[in-house]
Amino acid sequence: MTFSKSVLAAVVAAGLALAAAPSAIAKDLRMALSAEPSAMDPHFHNLTPNNALTSHVYERLVHFDEKQTPIPGLATSWKTIDENTWEFKLRTGVKWHDGSPFTADDVIFSMERAPNVENSPGSFALYVRGKTFSKVDDHTVRVTTKEPYPLMPNDMATIAIISKKAATGAKTDDFNSGKAAIGTGPFKFSEFVKGDRYVVVRNDDYWGGKPKWAKVTIRPIKTGPARVAALLAGDVDVIEEVPTTDIARLQGDAKVSLGQGLSNRVIFFHMDQWRDESPFITANDGSKIKNPLKDVRVRKALSKAINRPAIVDRLMEKAAVPASQFLADGFFGVSKKLKPEAFDPDGAKKLLAEAGFPNGFKLTLHSPNGRYINDARMAEAVAQMFTRIGVETKVETMPPAVFFNRASAGAGGNPEFSFILVGWGAGTGEVSSPLKSLVATFDKVKGMGTANRGRYSNPELDKVIDQALATVDDAKRGELLAKASEVAIEDVGVIVSHYQLNTWATRKGLSYTPRTDEYTIATSVSEQ
Amino acid sequence: MHSEPRLTAYIIRRLMQSAAVVLAMSVIVFLGLNVIGDPVYLLIDPQADQAEIERTIRRLGLDQPIYIQYFNFITNALTGNLGTSFVHGTSALKLIVDRMPATLEIAIAATLMSIVFGIPLGLYAGLKPDNFFSKSIMATSILGFSLPTFWVGIMMIMVFAVMLGWLPSTGRGPTATFLGITSSLFTIDGLRHIAMPALNLALLKISLVIRLTRAGTREAIHQDYIKFARAKGISSSRIVGVHLLKNIMIPVVTVLGLEFGNLVAFSVVTETIFAWPGMGKLLIDSIQSLDRPVIVAYLIIIVLLFVIINLVVDILYSVLDPRVRIGEKSA
Amino acid sequence: MSVTDVGTVPTPAARPAAQTPFQRFVADFTESRLATIAFILLIVTMVLALIAPWIVPQNPYDLAQVDIMDSRLKPGTPAASGKYTHWLGTDGAGRDLVSAMLYGLRISLAVGVMSGVIAMALGAAIGLIAAYAGGRTESIIMRIVDLQLSFPAILVALMLIAILGKGVDKIIIALVTVQWAYYARTVRGSALVESRKEYVEAARCLGLSNARILFRHILPNCLPPLIVVVTVQTAHAISLEATLSFLGVGLPQTEPSLGLLISNGFQYMLSGEYWISFFPGLVLLMTIVVINLVGDQLRDVLNPRLSK
Repeated sequence: MTFSKSVLAAVVAAGLALAAAPSAIAKDLRMALSAEPSAMDPHFHNLTPNNALTSHVYERLVHFDEKQTPIPGLATSWKTIDENTWEFKLRTGVKWHDGSPFTADDVIFSMERAPNVENSPGSFALYVRGKTFSKVDDHTVRVTTKEPYPLMPNDMATIAIISKKAATGAKTDDFNSGKAAIGTGPFKFSEFVKGDRYVVVRNDDYWGGKPKWAKVTIRPIKTGPARVAALLAGDVDVIEEVPTTDIARLQGDAKVSLGQGLSNRVIFFHMDQWRDESPFITANDGSKIKNPLKDVRVRKALSKAINRPAIVDRLMEKAAVPASQFLADGFFGVSKKLKPEAFDPDGAKKLLAEAGFPNGFKLTLHSPNGRYINDARMAEAVAQMFTRIGVETKVETMPPAVFFNRASAGAGGNPEFSFILVGWGAGTGEVSSPLKSLVATFDKVKGMGTANRGRYSNPELDKVIDQALATVDDAKRGELLAKASEVAIEDVGVIVSHYQLNTWATRKGLSYTPRTDEYTIATSVSEQ
Repeated sequence: MHSEPRLTAYIIRRLMQSAAVVLAMSVIVFLGLNVIGDPVYLLIDPQADQAEIERTIRRLGLDQPIYIQYFNFITNALTGNLGTSFVHGTSALKLIVDRMPATLEIAIAATLMSIVFGIPLGLYAGLKPDNFFSKSIMATSILGFSLPTFWVGIMMIMVFAVMLGWLPSTGRGPTATFLGITSSLFTIDGLRHIAMPALNLALLKISLVIRLTRAGTREAIHQDYIKFARAKGISSSRIVGVHLLKNIMIPVVTVLGLEFGNLVAFSVVTETIFAWPGMGKLLIDSIQSLDRPVIVAYLIIIVLLFVIINLVVDILYSVLDPRVRIGEKSA
Repeated sequence: MSVTDVGTVPTPAARPAAQTPFQRFVADFTESRLATIAFILLIVTMVLALIAPWIVPQNPYDLAQVDIMDSRLKPGTPAASGKYTHWLGTDGAGRDLVSAMLYGLRISLAVGVMSGVIAMALGAAIGLIAAYAGGRTESIIMRIVDLQLSFPAILVALMLIAILGKGVDKIIIALVTVQWAYYARTVRGSALVESRKEYVEAARCLGLSNARILFRHILPNCLPPLIVVVTVQTAHAISLEATLSFLGVGLPQTEPSLGLLISNGFQYMLSGEYWISFFPGLVLLMTIVVINLVGDQLRDVLNPRLSK
């Protein structure tokens, strides 16, 4: 083709393009994600977009339903044999995408590989370590631990089972190229073009029945408005994480339907409670003062200063629920007694005066920018509220990578900031996860309080958490977890703000069943 | 014309200077990013305990002192290995090279657009400077480089994709292989996808070409050879089409050549808005996630790209215009 | 304003005209009506930005005055206090848009002008030194200038901000870094031309010191092209700052520049709450356009090749 001809062709093509209307082929599904999955290797990185993408192709022993309740997956049943041993019965007749049968060997292989993936920036080791897996027969696997371990089914819902035959010696790149990407799931690997598109096609032999969609194309579109535009323009059928600013408009749009549901994520504030002088807190004249956040009255005052209904209404555009504790009603282990702290600026001022700060103090609130829904704006709104009760608050936002680094280990390996906005998604779908990580006393050796960036410490609370973590009986454990939540919240170990609602939007004729774990998966899309 | 050995010496000197730049830049970026930190705490499961965090830091090689990390990087770089991405776990070089075609095709499309739109408009404005239409062209060209790219981008999506539904809103279309090159420029759907982002990227360059062409035209029109051609009775379309255009094209092509690297760099913004899977978007994502190996590799590749473009332009220029002597006072 | 400085440039050979150089300059400049209007608008914009704190109803950077309850109010809604009206509505954080825009304009202009002035001072000094020193010093300096210019500004700025962090001072540092080379090259170019002229020879013969010749004689004569570069670069700087804010590496959230206001408002583009980014966008666009128009006319007027 000569140059001028190809230009001509381009012009003609552009003309044709203007005439052609975008058309959707029936039974194919196109979904847009807000974040980019980094690998097709299900063990490479324990990250929501990766887990959601790979769960089209791979399955776990235990599955989570849309409310993160454990349900049978590749295991049909599980039970405790004795205090320290769990037994999983595997599903029979399941075939890998290459036709070979699924057996206990694959499970053992997967558990061995998961914690040891080369170059993994965040492995699944946490859910495998301390457990010994053994094969009883081809369809029975036993797991033993040193101590009673009630969360076994939840942990087993995180590790994807891969084919021993296809994946022995495979590296992450082999999964991305499709060579090792053999699963048991409802869809088969078709294409993985990093940053552009991920394509899976129907597995006609799926044990759970033939999936509705012949082909699913998943694309990352990070910018919120661009994602909405793609849906409105008919380029995709489903989008996740609808920006809160567009929810109202989309609700009124006849071409679109929304699916909205509670997430497992709470937005809250950590407060420096371990330093006697906190680096980002000063008196009003800028001089150093004793860390006021060590006083429960000050913490309580700050909590009362937050107008949660206003945040939900004005900032989150109703895509949130005021929080009373670490997880919303309906999750395992929540307390029925706790209510969201009422907005009470006068009460807050009174408490501040009682604590010896009638004129408040100065505070810098640090927040990531772009990690949680509307995070930076949220920080700004809360700073407004604090400033109104006399605690003059400055906001500093930073990219998430910088923020988490400094907030976790910025000051000589210790948390750097005084007051931070963060969120916590309970991956296990129950309350022990936030309790153990956020408010239990920081303890390197025991692995407790790993994300306790305020270093809140309450021995009474630690005792209850320890007890709960060792209680296998569900009812009893639930009560203990609820009690621990009450202790932590009443002592204002952290200030909770709201639970996020996740919002999906689909073109008319489809609907998305909202999931608490924020996964966007084709099997949750149904035709109306 | 200059002799061959002199040209070779010149090229060698330029390449050595570039190597020094690459080295200096890699040190700065390496140290700079090291000061801000690493993405371990962002990437790792928040429930991970200290032992697991430390294991991950070791796995990514971040436990070593920075000068050892840098030394390792340099020794690997000499063998063509620019490191492994923290986030993606694969070769940083491969990540970038995989995405390069998408960026190059958008930059090429934008360059073509700026020629196709810019030269005729600039020629017109130069030939009839006092005409109302010419004045409008010039006023609009000011808009062209005053409008922030990101703002125009989202406006285009709003109008052409959402309101009119003419073009796909975001993303890259299907690719086809032609003459051994795989590109989305060879499919109709691919062209529909590239139209908006390429125009978005081209706006600035269109204005630039309009201005260059107009200035060149106005200057040339008063020169003796044009006056002479007129006096000889050569038709005006031939004067413009052959004599004038030939003289204007040299600076325009030179500048566009030099600006090509800028287009590649500016694609950072356009790719972000249009979810275009190119190197620019990869860079932004990597900066946000502090993925040092990818950032450093990207910069090295960009510098090499620039060096090559500049070198080629310089050499071509000296060939085209014998008055320019390479090696004396190179620009 | 720097524009008037041009008139005070001592011209080496006084022209035999009734007009002073400044009068001639004004006459040339006002020949274009568009440029004149642009110049007036530019002055108005700068004055508005300067006196913003005394004319706006709200201090949008004082968190005690901004309330999330007032967010996203339509243009023309009365303020909650009842004392004034949000003529252009409020943004997502509850800032009165008129106030926020004028304050944002202040920051945008300050960033543009500050970085322009610092970069000019630095670049001009380096350029002069290069031109005057000649030899090895010159070739090293100009090599660095070439390298700097061959890097895309946006990449350098992105990298620097990523390394330095957020803040007005850091943005200025980044912008100075990407701009100084333009000035250095311009000044060196004209200084080379000037230093060959007779008046410099004459000054040398008179035994004037190098520094004196450099700063009192050569520099003033390099000013015209420098002024053109300043205007163009200021517009660039403002636009670049807006782009960096859009990419999420710009200024602090609570003290938005125009660029940050736009990129915050970007989220509302599809929601029908157009005013949040539309008005700031308009003001930013207008500011950059008028600066460019003025710069364009200056270039035409000051360019000896086009002078009649």
